[in-house]
Amino acid sequence: MTHQREAVTDGEKPDAGPDSGVVQVPLSGSGKARTGAAGFLLGSSVGRNLGLVVALFVLCLVGVATAGQQFASVDNGLTILRLASVIGVVSVGMTFVITGGGIDLSVGAIVALASVWSTTLATQSLARGNHWTLIILVALIVGMGCGLVNGLLIAYGRVVPFIATLAMLAAARGLAEIIAQRRTQIVSVPGFTDFFRHDVLGIPLLVIIFAVVAAIGWLVLNRTTFGRRTFAVGGNPEAARLAGINVQRHTVALYVIVGLCCGIAAVMIVARTTTGSSTHGTLYELDAIAAVVIGGTLLSGGRGTIVGTVLGVLIFTTLSNVFTQNNLSSSAQSVAKGLIIVVAVLLQQRLAARSNNGST
Amino acid sequence: MSVPEGAPLLEMSGIVKTFPGVRALDGVDLVVRPGEVHCLLGQNGAGKSTLIKVLAGAHRPDEGSIRWAGDPVSLSTPDTSIALGISTIYQELDLVAGLTVAENIFLGHEMSRGGLVRRGETRRKATALLARLGHQEIRVDREVGTLPASGQQIVSMARALSHDTRLIVMDEPSAALDQQEVQTLFRVIRDLTTQGVAVVYISHRLEEIRQVGDRVTVLKDGRTVATDLAAKDTPTAELIRLMTGRDIEYVFPQRTPPDSSAATLLEVENLSLNKVFADVSFTVAAGEIVGLAGLVGSGRSEILESVYGARRPNGGTVRVDGNRLRAGSVGAAVKAGIGLAPEERKSQGLLLDQPIYQNITVSSMGRFARAGFLKGSSERASATEWAKALDVRPAGVERPVRTLSGGNQQKVVLARWLLRDCRVLLLDEPTRGVDVGARSEIYAAIRSLADRGMAVVVVSSEVEEVLGLADRVLVVREGRIVHSGPATEIDEHRVLDLVMEGSAA
Ligand SMILES: Nc1ncnc2c1ncn2[C@@H]1O[C@H](COP(=O)(O)OP(=O)(O)OP(=O)(O)O)[C@@H](O)[C@H]1O
Ligand SMILES: [Mg+2]
Repeated sequence: MTHQREAVTDGEKPDAGPDSGVVQVPLSGSGKARTGAAGFLLGSSVGRNLGLVVALFVLCLVGVATAGQQFASVDNGLTILRLASVIGVVSVGMTFVITGGGIDLSVGAIVALASVWSTTLATQSLARGNHWTLIILVALIVGMGCGLVNGLLIAYGRVVPFIATLAMLAAARGLAEIIAQRRTQIVSVPGFTDFFRHDVLGIPLLVIIFAVVAAIGWLVLNRTTFGRRTFAVGGNPEAARLAGINVQRHTVALYVIVGLCCGIAAVMIVARTTTGSSTHGTLYELDAIAAVVIGGTLLSGGRGTIVGTVLGVLIFTTLSNVFTQNNLSSSAQSVAKGLIIVVAVLLQQRLAARSNNGST
Repeated sequence: MSVPEGAPLLEMSGIVKTFPGVRALDGVDLVVRPGEVHCLLGQNGAGKSTLIKVLAGAHRPDEGSIRWAGDPVSLSTPDTSIALGISTIYQELDLVAGLTVAENIFLGHEMSRGGLVRRGETRRKATALLARLGHQEIRVDREVGTLPASGQQIVSMARALSHDTRLIVMDEPSAALDQQEVQTLFRVIRDLTTQGVAVVYISHRLEEIRQVGDRVTVLKDGRTVATDLAAKDTPTAELIRLMTGRDIEYVFPQRTPPDSSAATLLEVENLSLNKVFADVSFTVAAGEIVGLAGLVGSGRSEILESVYGARRPNGGTVRVDGNRLRAGSVGAAVKAGIGLAPEERKSQGLLLDQPIYQNITVSSMGRFARAGFLKGSSERASATEWAKALDVRPAGVERPVRTLSGGNQQKVVLARWLLRDCRVLLLDEPTRGVDVGARSEIYAAIRSLADRGMAVVVVSSEVEEVLGLADRVLVVREGRIVHSGPATEIDEHRVLDLVMEGSAA
């Protein structure tokens, strides 16, 4: 039977006549007529992400139908966004590694470690003595440090990403427990807690941070040489190497980026809960990967979309909000989540197969 | 730093490169002067690609020295090579399928300001480069993965031209191009050389070397066996002897006299495919080889694919033994005994990390199995037989296909299709990338299959191949068959006239 299957793909391959134009929406979205500044984030990719937008819309309808005013209130909207923001920042970082052909299972553990390290008594007294932003600095450095270790192991040690980051998952979570001695650390640096109580025009600061990270992520991935090279490194590392790209260094940079995102997420979680804890960020790796994948980024690398990831995060957060509003168990939530992942990926494969018969 | 008159631009000497179990380069010397087209000749596996990968910084040599414009250099990574002004068109296509044409052309040296890609500029420059290669019609926003092989080859070439280079290395650039496109390529090459750029040109087609080359270096088994030969007037026999170490006289096998009583096996009637070809009718008898000549894009490959059912034609019928096949069904075609060795073999279906023998037998596995269990010994025996018949080098069928040279990988895929028991065999470019010596073996193998009663259809861009191998020739132009007749009654000029007629060069 093998030959038959093969033969079918053989035949469909060269089908790339000029009239198959529908499918050639380039990754960067540069193919469409130039979209104005207003369409900065959404415009170029709205077509591709239409399915996700529709799904989100349907979810909201379900929310309104089942929970009415309680769901449709401004407050609830902000709650959803606030909940989405932490995992959203992690998912933006995850989009980079996955697009670059890797994976990071250690994001949740890194968030925990960074949250704990930045809230130890020592860090806090240092922060009180100097400046409260030291807490942020420590979290970011810890996050990037973990990412750097991951990246070096993977790029230069040639450890498979899955294994290297699995090891980091165990080690970082363990280290967080040791540092915190399994206790929850309360933050009592006035400058820090005060700052994050602010909002901008009624929008919580956490949501603003998420929006900024997503916008920068989009810009870097789609408009910079670094982003362009990320697609190449993930899609065809050998071609990237022959084009003179330093694939190893690039890979390290990608893991440092996701580490940085974890550091930012840790700051956000500490700000939201005013605690640092080794249990923060539990299972974030799965939530982030799920959001990235339903967003349309290819797990095998070479294709990635930040807008899709953001929509993926919003879909999952809205889903759990709708369930909570209706007092449904978190187990039912998990089942629904599982279903969404499978359906989304099946749909995507259909679309990818249609738009992509021709690439290997 | 400019090079004094007559001094070499590049001197490689004593280059050694070993892979586990193979000494791919065993002391190679290569001297290239500015403004010349230096041809590299050698059999499949001689070490040409390995040598140019050393030059490109993609492989690090074990021994040897390289001088660039007189100064010793160490080319340890691709970007050091690129920075010196060496750009390379690799034999395997080295593009990123998910990026657009423009993005691929400038990959690694993007036009940017402050880290931001200048997209308008990128597209404008990419368009200009493609136009220079005569391919304005390739849209720069198109994803490279959706282009056919010839289009991808053009993109690779545009990419090499996008660098400010002093030496361009081309590893079998013409393999995926037709004659007209090759002429455009040659025009570009002449352009470059008048500006003082040197070109290293690899091809298995000697007539190309005669047309465009200045000097020739011949490699054999990883060694330089001759250098500084004049490309225009070194006798062909001499070149072949240097490459193969033997004299090859008859390239094409003797034709078997046609048997007028042979049954017609394949009948194609009024086959049409929207906007690609129309009203194609022909028949092939048992024991007959029919050749299809025409330009890339004339619809030749699509005709084969439609006969095979991989494309659904808009009209017309395909019959095998008088039985009409369901249109657009590969299953029906396979059941009726049709086999197709497709054009883009390398990207299609080589299991790169599996041994050679498994790659050869994968499509005829049933033959080597009893109750689902494979008999490894007979599988290996058959595979070995075909590998020998097609001269796959190095000998032995246990190596992973990945470690073979480009031409030898081609032979492995071809062997897979030749081994399959079919009654009608469709071959699309069976000798692409294969050296002169092995070609005659492939022709002989095809002929012997025909003699055993198979009906064979061969598509080739090389008119000589069609004329030499086939019993009957069909000429395709813009999707229509414009000539049909015995191969002995038409010559190369006439075919070329027919092929080109009405098409602007
Ligand atoms: N990565 C590798 N690992 C092991 N062996 C290799 C590898 N690459 C090439 N070789 C071997 O080195 C030898 C030279 O191969 P090379 O690709 O340079 O040949 P070539 O002259 O380019 O042939 P062709 O005309 O078929 O392209 C071959 O015997 C090949 O099997
Ligand atoms: Mg080669």
